[in-house]
Amino acid sequence: MSDDVKALSAELAGDPQSLVFLRLGELLRQKRQFDAASRVAIHGLERHPHLADAHDLLARILADAHDYERAFDEWDMTLRIAPQHIGALKGLAFLYFKIGDLTQAEAHLQAAKDAAPDDPTIEQAFAVIRGEAGATLASPPSPAPTPPSLAPEPEAPPARARPSGAVTPLPDERIFAGLEGAQEGLLLLDLAGLVLGGALKTPDGTDVTDTVAAYLAGVSQEAGRAARLLDLGAWRGLSAEGQGGHVYLAQPTSESLLLLMRDRSLPLGRLGLLAQRAAQVARQWLERQR
Amino acid sequence: MSTPPSPLGRALDLITRVRGVRGAMVVSRADGLVVAEQLMEGIKGGALAALASSLAGRLQRAMVSAGLGPSQFWHLQCDQGALLVVPAGEGLLLVAVTEADVNVGLVRLELLRAAETGA
Repeated sequence: MSDDVKALSAELAGDPQSLVFLRLGELLRQKRQFDAASRVAIHGLERHPHLADAHDLLARILADAHDYERAFDEWDMTLRIAPQHIGALKGLAFLYFKIGDLTQAEAHLQAAKDAAPDDPTIEQAFAVIRGEAGATLASPPSPAPTPPSLAPEPEAPPARARPSGAVTPLPDERIFAGLEGAQEGLLLLDLAGLVLGGALKTPDGTDVTDTVAAYLAGVSQEAGRAARLLDLGAWRGLSAEGQGGHVYLAQPTSESLLLLMRDRSLPLGRLGLLAQRAAQVARQWLERQR
Repeated sequence: MSTPPSPLGRALDLITRVRGVRGAMVVSRADGLVVAEQLMEGIKGGALAALASSLAGRLQRAMVSAGLGPSQFWHLQCDQGALLVVPAGEGLLLVAVTEADVNVGLVRLELLRAAETGA
């Protein structure tokens, strides 16, 4: 354990109510000790649940650990507490950029710029989003005192140059990029059961994308017919519990169906929330294809 | 002297007693025919049974293919209500039609309880 971590840990142990956990968590994040950083942030949040910076810290740790869904939740919570929180605005812009929603990414960066017009990292992030820098956003933004994180991301392809405001469709397989389980538990298909994006794998890793898609052809029409027959209005979601996991079906548009599959550790209610979020992403992607 | 209710009738009684439930029925899974029903007036039991059976079949095949095993409960959420289904023994489905503000968890428990007791 490094001396600075030791010192901050000792300081926190001496005064558990202290806000030093923010510095300790950030230091551990920078050292890429995500489990330890996460524990520090969560313990801090237990004592300071309404502290925006604590939610922002946890979001940055989660984003660095590629848990983008929970990072989104934490930055969303940060903004509920502090609507002009620069870190959260930049963080959400990063996540929207990751899933290809450039409009939302720019909107969040603009809000960050309005709140902090002198922050040079925001202009740099704008440049990246607009394809002016020839690099990708590598990681969620660091807090204000550290330099902007705009280094090229080794795993990602280089960003394509895009004129400001223009939207370039993402490849099919990246519809759900940034959403947890995008390549094993999320599927977007048309009403004929043809796959538009995502993929499904069984718990033992077998790819069952096409088989499941074929079985789901017609579900949307039948669900709509049942809703009309019972005068229940439009159908919004169809959830099912299985012995080995849950699925949730949603309808991003009238001509598509989205399936989200997870193991039983995720409650059905939360599965529904995740599916609605994925449906929103899918809807935006489908609109861009027109 | 009145005839005591059948096990199916008792199961449907328990489900329809939950506030917000508009009706419940037992459906043959294989052919989509009504086996027993307690539905509010205006609900077309025959058509509902056929649709519920067909939807259950599609979901079942999809879930088994995905390695999740057979479906134990499904829930169609609509703007003004819901359709809840659990498989029961002997190739049957228990189906409940509810209003929008029903306690879904409670109906689910009653459906599962009824299915366990052999509806």
